[in-house]
Amino acid sequence: MINLFRKGWRPAAVLLLLFIAWEMAVNLAEVPAWLLPPPTEIVLEAISGWEGFSHHLQSTVMLSLLGFAIGTVIGLITAVILHLLPFIRESVYPLLILSQNVPIIVLAPLLVVWFGFGILPKLIVITLVCFFPITVAALDGFRQTPGELRHYMLMAGASKGQLFWKLELPYSLPSLFSGLKISATYSVMGAVISEWLGAKEGIGVYMTLASSSFRTDRVFVAIFAIMLLSLLFFGGILLAERLLIKWKSRESARK
Amino acid sequence: MIQLSVNHLTKSFDTNQVLDNLSFHVNEGEFVSILGPSGSGKSTIFNLIGGMLLPDEGSITLGNVKINGKRGSISYMPQTPSLMPWRTILQNVLLGQELMGKTDSEAARKMLQKAGLGGYENAYPHELSGGMKQRAAFIRALLSPQPIILLDEPFSALDELTRHDMQKWLLDIWNEHKPTILFVTHNIEEAIYLSDRILVLSSKPAKVIKEYKVPFNRPRMEELYLNENFLACKRSIHHALKNH
Repeated sequence: MINLFRKGWRPAAVLLLLFIAWEMAVNLAEVPAWLLPPPTEIVLEAISGWEGFSHHLQSTVMLSLLGFAIGTVIGLITAVILHLLPFIRESVYPLLILSQNVPIIVLAPLLVVWFGFGILPKLIVITLVCFFPITVAALDGFRQTPGELRHYMLMAGASKGQLFWKLELPYSLPSLFSGLKISATYSVMGAVISEWLGAKEGIGVYMTLASSSFRTDRVFVAIFAIMLLSLLFFGGILLAERLLIKWKSRESARK
Repeated sequence: MIQLSVNHLTKSFDTNQVLDNLSFHVNEGEFVSILGPSGSGKSTIFNLIGGMLLPDEGSITLGNVKINGKRGSISYMPQTPSLMPWRTILQNVLLGQELMGKTDSEAARKMLQKAGLGGYENAYPHELSGGMKQRAAFIRALLSPQPIILLDEPFSALDELTRHDMQKWLLDIWNEHKPTILFVTHNIEEAIYLSDRILVLSSKPAKVIKEYKVPFNRPRMEELYLNENFLACKRSIHHALKNH
């Protein structure tokens, strides 16, 4: 906790300075609030409008968590299949990269046309943005297992399954967590984008309503909520990493 | 009784012949060293016995079973400790047993205690010194259920003092458990100090140019290094290597 404070005060101070500059600039230049509201007004709106906002927030949290979970599972399964079956890896891996080049903004409305306004197209969008970093990170981890460890395992008679469970999977965990961190933050973005398409509630819906009625302060409330959520998700993954990869944290603590 | 026997092994990679009609055997409870210049195909021999490679000709038998290309028939200690960084020392030394089926953590604890690694059961490999890691790697090999241990230049990466300690330690452990050991090294003194029998290899393609029975009784003490006969042994092996 003290460590967090020691590392965190610098960016916090920069952020605070930024807000003060913003507040002063808006006041001095007399920018109208619908164009750019000062930070204090945004905070006031967040507090007074909390009742109207909280159920949107809750809905987005649920959606991103669910999407992230599905994305993680699919990402992992894809990585394992591609790793264990080199033939499939060679034929499918380039296509995976292509899947990331399809703009989600374009794809999303299509998904609605195909699957309606339910939760399914939203989950597909989140999964699409989430699974790729996990697959790539896990695959890299699997493949980077040191030759000497692999050689020992094979000489000692490890089967293909044992090689995977006792060497490649544990070895790839740190790399896998790098992928999870990226995906965790993407999942919030993915959820908001999917909500733009048409949903009953969620930060995306709130944002669309706010911007079409020139409630710029509310748009900023939504933006900050998204940033905060991403940060929280990231922190959650960091915590899980600390708990799961104890040997690594002890190693770096010694250095 | 013959434990491991290697019969007329020949192996080439493309046009590069590494082994030429190589034959030798290791008796049960015997400590045999393979001594040869670097690049003489020592690792190829191990990879063949370990089942990682198939010989072009010849056979390898363990007990009376042919083990050409059968992985997991022998217990192995590589040049680097090759401990899994996410496993504690106890979990690491049990790995060999784990791969073959049953683990016995009580025996492992006892052996760690005797090996001077007591109190480190729950430490991770990076918390140990180089010599301690090699001890753990040897105990892992010793605990594995296979009847013969292959050691691949296990002390070559250690400094001189640690190496001497480790050799003495290895002899102590060997005296107690009498496992069958096939030891690869390029260090003549090490081979004489440790083994019952030394097989001197030629450079590529490798074959046994001299088989040397080490005349010293066990248990051996460190003073042996300075013994006249020890030096005579060393000279004779050195000549065999040079003259070839």
